[in-house]
Amino acid sequence: MNLRAVSTVFRRELGSYFNSPIAYVFLVAFVLIPNVLFMFFYEAQRQLSMRDYFGLLPFVFLFFVPAITMRLWSEERRAGSIEILLTLPVRVREAVLGKFLAAYAFLTIAICATFTIPVSMTMFGRPDWGPIIGAYLGAILMGGLFLALGAYISSLSTNQIVAFILSVSLSFMFILTGFYIVLRAVRGVWPFLADVFSYLSVLTHFGNIAKGVVDTSDVIYYVSFIILFLFLNVYAVQSRRYAG
Amino acid sequence: MISVQNVTKRYGSVVALDGISFEVSSGEVLGFLGPNGAGKTTTMKILTCFIVANAGTVSVAGYDVIEHSLDVRRRVGYLPESVPLYGDMRVIDYLRFIARAREVPARERKRAIGRVVSDCGLGPMLGAGVGELSKGYRQRLGLAQAMIHDPDILILDEATSGLDPSQIVEIRALIREVGREKTVIFSTHVLQEVSATCSRVLIINEGRLVADDAPEALRAQASREQTSLVQIKGAGGTEIKQALDALAEVRSCRLLGAGPGGYHELRVESDFGVAIGERLFKLVREKGWTLNELRTERATLEDVFLALTKGEGRGGGGATV
Repeated sequence: MNLRAVSTVFRRELGSYFNSPIAYVFLVAFVLIPNVLFMFFYEAQRQLSMRDYFGLLPFVFLFFVPAITMRLWSEERRAGSIEILLTLPVRVREAVLGKFLAAYAFLTIAICATFTIPVSMTMFGRPDWGPIIGAYLGAILMGGLFLALGAYISSLSTNQIVAFILSVSLSFMFILTGFYIVLRAVRGVWPFLADVFSYLSVLTHFGNIAKGVVDTSDVIYYVSFIILFLFLNVYAVQSRRYAG
Repeated sequence: MISVQNVTKRYGSVVALDGISFEVSSGEVLGFLGPNGAGKTTTMKILTCFIVANAGTVSVAGYDVIEHSLDVRRRVGYLPESVPLYGDMRVIDYLRFIARAREVPARERKRAIGRVVSDCGLGPMLGAGVGELSKGYRQRLGLAQAMIHDPDILILDEATSGLDPSQIVEIRALIREVGREKTVIFSTHVLQEVSATCSRVLIINEGRLVADDAPEALRAQASREQTSLVQIKGAGGTEIKQALDALAEVRSCRLLGAGPGGYHELRVESDFGVAIGERLFKLVREKGWTLNELRTERATLEDVFLALTKGEGRGGGGATV
C-alpha cells in the first residue's frame, strides 16, 4: 500500500466534492434539516437533550450518505476517466481507499458542522456531554459503514441514480433488521435469527454508543463491515479488468 | 521495448484479439491501423494494463504487464480514445494531480508541468475548467497528461480525431518530435497520418495482424506497378506509342487519344520504383518532342488498407491489389 498514491487520490476526490455545487447544497441541507428538527424537539419537550435528534440520524444518513457515494465509481466508469486512473501507477486498493477516505472526510466535515447544536445548547444550560460526544462518535462510525457500502455499490453501476437507489435499499436493510417489529416477528419463528438480525443492525450498535458507552464490540462491528465492503469494492473494480 | 505474443482477448463471445503477436523496438513510431472494431483500442488497453488478456504474454519495457503492472504503468504515457479527463478540475490542478500520481518528485513537478504546457500549447488555458475546454485543447491536455512524467513509451489512441486541420498538423508535428527519443504507438484511421508520422505500420483486422511494414514498403507491396499519364506532341500518336513501347522500362503503353493543344495522351505502365519519369523525359528530348504533362500514380495507403482489410484470409506477406 503506497500512502502517497492514496493521498493523491484522496486529495483529488475531496477537491472534486468542493468543485461542484453539490457539496454546498449538501452541507446546507445536512446542517439545516437537523437544526430545524432539533428546534421542533426542543419546542415539544423543553429538554436540552439530543436523544430524539440522534434517534433520527440513521434515517438522515440513509439518504444523505448514498448521495455522497453514488458518483465515486459510477461516474468514473460512465465518463471513462477510470481508464486514466487505473493506468496511473496507482493500485486498485489505493484508489478504493483514497476515494473512501475522501468521502469519509467530506461526511465528517458535514457531521462536525452540525456541532452548532450542542454548542448552542450551552447558552441555555448544561448539556450532558458524555452521550453527545458518544453519539457523534457513533454517527461517524455508522457513516463509515454506509459510505463503504455505498462506494461498493457505486462500483457496480455506471448510473449514479441506480447506485443511489441500490445503496439506500441495502443501507435500509442494515436499519430494518434492528426494528422492534421485525425482531419480534423473527423471534417468534427462530429466536437465534433474531439475535443475528439484531447484531447486524446499525441501530443496535449506534444505540449503545449514543448512550455514551463505547464498547469495543460495537467498534469492531463497524470496522469489520467497512473493511468487508472495501474488499468487495476492490474486487469489483479489479474483476472488471479481466472481464473487459 | 514492447513484446506481444499470441494475445487473445474475448469480450463474452466476441473475439476482439485473436492470437496477435508483434514487437516494437525502442525509438520506433508505430502506426496502428485498422477498421473500427478491429482490436486497436483493445490492444492499447492491454499494453497500458487497463485490461488483462485471456491468453498470451505481453511485456512492456522489459516488464510483464500482469506480474509487474506498476512498473509498466510508470514507463508508459497513455491517451485513451475518448480523452476522459476530470471535467470538474481546472487545467493546472489536473496537471498537478497527474504529476503527483505519476510520481514526479515534488521539486521537479513545476518544471515538468511547465514543459508539457509549452509543448502542448496549454499556456492560455491553465486557469480554465477542464470541462469548458474546446475539443482541441482537450486533446492537448490529454497529450500533456500522457507526457508529464517523460515516459519512454507513449500510447495514443486516435490522438488527432475531431481536430481541425491546423491542429492535426500541430499534433502530428508533436508526435514526430516526441518520436525522435521515445517509442510511440498511435492508432488512427486517417491513413495520411501514417505516412506523415510513422516509421512502421501495423494493420489489424478482426483481431488479427494483416500487415507489418514501413509505409513505403506496404505501398510497394500493394502495387507491383505504377501508372504514368503523359502528354506528348511532335509526332503521330502511333509513332510515339511505338517509341515508348520500345523502352525497356515500359511494360505496356496505351494511346488514349488526342488531348488539347495537339498533344497525344498516353498511359504507361511500368514496374514499381522505376524512374519512369526520367526515362520518358530523356526520350522526348532525344526525339525533339514536346512534353506537356507527366504524372505517375502510385497505390495509396488507402488501396493497401482496403485490400488488406476487405480481402478474405490474406496473410501478412503477399498482399496484392
